[in-house]
Amino acid sequence: MKRKTFCIITGVLTFGAMLPAEIASVEEAVAIIQKIAPEGAGSTEAAASWQSLVKLNEEAIVPLLKSMDHSGPVAKNWIRSAVEVIFSRITKESPAKLPLADIEAFLHDQKHPSQARKLAFDLIASVDAAKATELKPKFLNDPSPELRLGAVEVLMGEGQALIDQGKTAEATTVLQSALNSARDPAQIKEIAKQLKEKLNQTLDLPTHFGFLMQWQMAGPFDNTGRSGFNTVFGPEKAPSIDLNATFPGKVMDVKWRPYSTTDDYGMVDFNQPYNPLKEVTGYAYTTFESASDQEAELRLGCKNAWKIWWNGAFVFGRDEYHRGMRIDQYRLPIQLKKGSNTILVKVCQDEQEKDWTKEWQFQIRVCDSSGTAILSTDRKPTR
Amino acid sequence: MMKSFIFSFCLITTTCGSLRADWLNFRGPSGSGISTECAELTTKFTPESITWKIPLPGRGLGSPVVIGEKIIITASSGPEQTQLHVLCFSTKDGSQFWERKFWATGRTMCHEKTCVAAPTPASDGKTVFALFSSNDLVALDLEGNIKWMRGLTLDYPNASNSIGLSSSPIVTGDTLVVQIENDSESFAAGLDTASGLNRWKIDRPKAANWTSPVLVTVAATEIAALQSSKGLLGVQPTTGSSIFEYKFGADTIASSVASGDTIYIPSNGLTAVKATSDGAEVTKIWNEGSQRPATASPILIGDKIFTINGAGVLTCGNAPNGERLWRTRLTGPFSASPVAAVSQGPPHLYIVNEKGLLQCVDLSGAEGSVVSQLDLQETILATPSLSDNALYLRSDKHLWRIR
Repeated sequence: MKRKTFCIITGVLTFGAMLPAEIASVEEAVAIIQKIAPEGAGSTEAAASWQSLVKLNEEAIVPLLKSMDHSGPVAKNWIRSAVEVIFSRITKESPAKLPLADIEAFLHDQKHPSQARKLAFDLIASVDAAKATELKPKFLNDPSPELRLGAVEVLMGEGQALIDQGKTAEATTVLQSALNSARDPAQIKEIAKQLKEKLNQTLDLPTHFGFLMQWQMAGPFDNTGRSGFNTVFGPEKAPSIDLNATFPGKVMDVKWRPYSTTDDYGMVDFNQPYNPLKEVTGYAYTTFESASDQEAELRLGCKNAWKIWWNGAFVFGRDEYHRGMRIDQYRLPIQLKKGSNTILVKVCQDEQEKDWTKEWQFQIRVCDSSGTAILSTDRKPTR
Repeated sequence: MMKSFIFSFCLITTTCGSLRADWLNFRGPSGSGISTECAELTTKFTPESITWKIPLPGRGLGSPVVIGEKIIITASSGPEQTQLHVLCFSTKDGSQFWERKFWATGRTMCHEKTCVAAPTPASDGKTVFALFSSNDLVALDLEGNIKWMRGLTLDYPNASNSIGLSSSPIVTGDTLVVQIENDSESFAAGLDTASGLNRWKIDRPKAANWTSPVLVTVAATEIAALQSSKGLLGVQPTTGSSIFEYKFGADTIASSVASGDTIYIPSNGLTAVKATSDGAEVTKIWNEGSQRPATASPILIGDKIFTINGAGVLTCGNAPNGERLWRTRLTGPFSASPVAAVSQGPPHLYIVNEKGLLQCVDLSGAEGSVVSQLDLQETILATPSLSDNALYLRSDKHLWRIR
């Protein structure tokens, strides 16, 4: 038996493992996987490294989990598979050797990636269902959305049981707690339905999600032949937004006009101020006051073609029309700066005339990577 | 008539693809949907026809791939289907050999009727290439060892369809051909099967497209035919260079079927064309507007071409001239495509409807007749696979072996 040092970018982890002779070093094997480049470059070398890693013994499991701290999405998948192969083999051959306590310690350490921690939970659950049941409710306020999901699910079950028993006050307390912790849109919708329809509660879902509700709108601009997506109209020409500016629109000059939504799910609907139109482009603009400099996400739902600028810089765009929409459809990493930030959204409507192509709208929220709303410091009450 | 029909099967089956029992991709050998290795497959279903049934860990529309005694199948699970599964089972008893799981690296949003595990994997018999609607593409050997992995949305960020992608890849030589076609960043690519690196990548029409590529053989050379709303483009598999083109539009759901250099394209109903290898436009043989496939792709059996329309009517056409020979109503609706067992005996077509009703159609008479049905009592949208005298069917919950 040898002892090897397992190095990752920012630290050194040590573990003992039965290392096959062909492995020069474990850290090298992981590093090769972590170096996988765009368009698959380095996959052949990664495959050889993966073959080495899957031969390791149980002592490699937690260090490999930790190596995900500094791995990209594709490398994480390689490492995940290596972990699962080792875990599965040890489970069959000598389950007593599984490092379940160490895996649980990894699970509880919130500095590790959310997916890796959920993997740790699933590994434990695969061999100890009772332990998983015991652990599941403990992640109610965990930064990992994957782990939080299970904890909220437990509360939802409890709430439903209380409703069935006619214990409305207790059910309200439990489901309100579930809602406070829920980050998954489907769970939030289901809990809100119960609270509203069965328990007569009033909810402020836009604030829970962090949807942006107050806007200025400018439009309509042209989108004949879907040309508007790549046409630079007045609002995106200017280095900064002048709310008093006038722009040549599709049929007449247009100006910014205030718009606010009260929709539970923050829908910003261009058809409301402009009436249903086809082959048009609209802009929506708002500001966001951040309490601090911090990383965040813009999460958008939109079934029209769209582009987004954050603090004047283009973030992303997509020229797809009417293929579906959902909350958090697109997750766009941004950097919030302390003080005022600006958001400009461009939304194009196409020429299709069927009923399901009438929507000209979007919903957008600001949140952290767990889906927890980040609220503008000057956020107005929803209603 | 029956004798000549069977005789023509024998002729065709010597040219329509592999004679081995493996079912390596969507609709099996050469994408034909035909097995020549199922002479003993039952045509009279009974509950005992189900030799085994096993649970699956997630949803899926992709067909099982069968290689020797291994079945490989994909699935997707989790609240947003972000968990991707590649599973390998034994054909004998459905016992699991291995499972590999991955996190989706691309978008998983899709229409509720489809799912992230919509494409059928493809294989060269040694490696399985599993593509998901999230654009994750994983190559594994038959023991579950990862050979390479691509996150195509990481490479091409706008390549997705919010309804979901479902085009199934094909292998030709040492190239894997994928069609990632959508309204935004639409492309097709040929990847080196050993390394996963791009051999070529070409822009494709910016329009949603769920069809799968098919292989066409012209002058003993395999050409990958890429269907889209614009028509059909034949490309050289190792370079992506254009070989032939059909420019008169085509369906974006039902895929073409080919026999040698003749392609039956779901276009303006159904259109038969003869492909070329000299860069010229294809030669139209016939067009028949009444033979319009809906979701199910057409199938060519001998000198007969079969389509299923949106009302569940199976139409048999004369492949050389498109003449309609007969029609019979099946119990639809269908999302799965038909497959057929063709051997020395009477040919039979197998099709499962969306409600899980498996139907066996005897094609040997003057008109086709449904001779047997088996209610699997689950929603089934995936096309069955055929191998070694057995049918393999999958739902979102189960995998069946029927013989």
